[in-house]
Amino acid sequence: MSIEKKQNLNDKDIQVILGTLLRSGVIISMSIVLIGGAIFLVHNQGSITDYKVFKPELSSFSSIAAIFKGVLTFRGDAVIQFGILMLIFTPIARIVFAIFSFLIERDYLYVLIGFIILAIITISLNGGLAH
Amino acid sequence: MSVLLFTIIVLLGAFLAGLLGSLTGLGGGVIIIPLLTLALGVDIHYAIGASIVSVIATSSGSAAAYVKEGITNIRIGMFLEIATTVGAVCGAIVAVYLNANYIAIIFGCILIFSAVMTLKKKVDHSTLDDSDKWANFFRLNGSYPDKGIEHKYAVKNVPGGFLMMLFAGTLSGLLGIGSGALKVIAMDNIMRLPFKVSTTTSNFMMGVTAAASAVVYLHRGQIDPGIAMPVCIGVLTGASLGSKVLLKAKTDKLKIVFAIVVTFLALQMIYKGISGL
Repeated sequence: MSIEKKQNLNDKDIQVILGTLLRSGVIISMSIVLIGGAIFLVHNQGSITDYKVFKPELSSFSSIAAIFKGVLTFRGDAVIQFGILMLIFTPIARIVFAIFSFLIERDYLYVLIGFIILAIITISLNGGLAH
Repeated sequence: MSVLLFTIIVLLGAFLAGLLGSLTGLGGGVIIIPLLTLALGVDIHYAIGASIVSVIATSSGSAAAYVKEGITNIRIGMFLEIATTVGAVCGAIVAVYLNANYIAIIFGCILIFSAVMTLKKKVDHSTLDDSDKWANFFRLNGSYPDKGIEHKYAVKNVPGGFLMMLFAGTLSGLLGIGSGALKVIAMDNIMRLPFKVSTTTSNFMMGVTAAASAVVYLHRGQIDPGIAMPVCIGVLTGASLGSKVLLKAKTDKLKIVFAIVVTFLALQMIYKGISGL
């Protein structure tokens, strides 16, 4: 009985932490996008947009390394892209947290499942499949 | 068009898409993509990249609230995420090689399907029969709180649900949408979960699924900051306003009007796709 109660309390704590993690991830990354957007608009408001044809070769921030380099220059588009990267990492961080919490609960099957999901994302992250 | 004007138009459009998407349960992504491609002439590859970013933002934002309430079944969510992430990565890779016209046609078909699904009356298939051996092995059966009472439920046909999720993930990666309609079919009709659990768990899974395809899109240069910025800010603010209004408003009539508009958009996308072949 007491063990069961402890488990329930544990589950509840995990849910609250998970919720907070997701919410703060969204708020932080969207604030960065907003700041980047402001810088971007100040510098580029007059330029002409052209998105009629997909030109992947023109995109300057299409890798994590390029985004990190770009964000140090405070270019608006780089800051936006950095915010988007943070946003992409929010659900990934959620998986990492879930792995830890299942580890505490000694639910090793779900630790394994968490690692499988991480592995799938890491494979696609490495870009090996994307090129 | 100047960058400033483009940003303002997209911001307003994305706000509307997010608002209507959350009021009708259709999601913001399926509305912003036709808007960008049909009204502003943006290449569908860019539109998809921007939309997937907004899917991560809205689903993570609303999942935060549901998870805290304890309705989301985190085990079911994580178990099925294996299927949706594999699907999403495959879909995103296929999208790279697929002609924009084919993507537009597939998108139109899914759009019509989703519109029909929002109009269909939901039937509760939930069950207490906890004899499914997969559900027991993965410990998927659970309970959720409703007005202070814990309701138990059991999960059926796990392999069927898993396969459907693989398909939902593929479409999500291919089209840059959350594909909530398909996820709910997999969980309501096949795995027989109660609505509250299936909708919140589908939302919970959307963020990870979208993140898996977003990394592929990012490497491909499909996520352009100039489009993604107004889209994700607009959709997120619209969707958060929508979720607040939703508790008070009756949405039945809105759903019908909206389904007609969406079907019209879908037909236009299919027409554009076919005439471009």
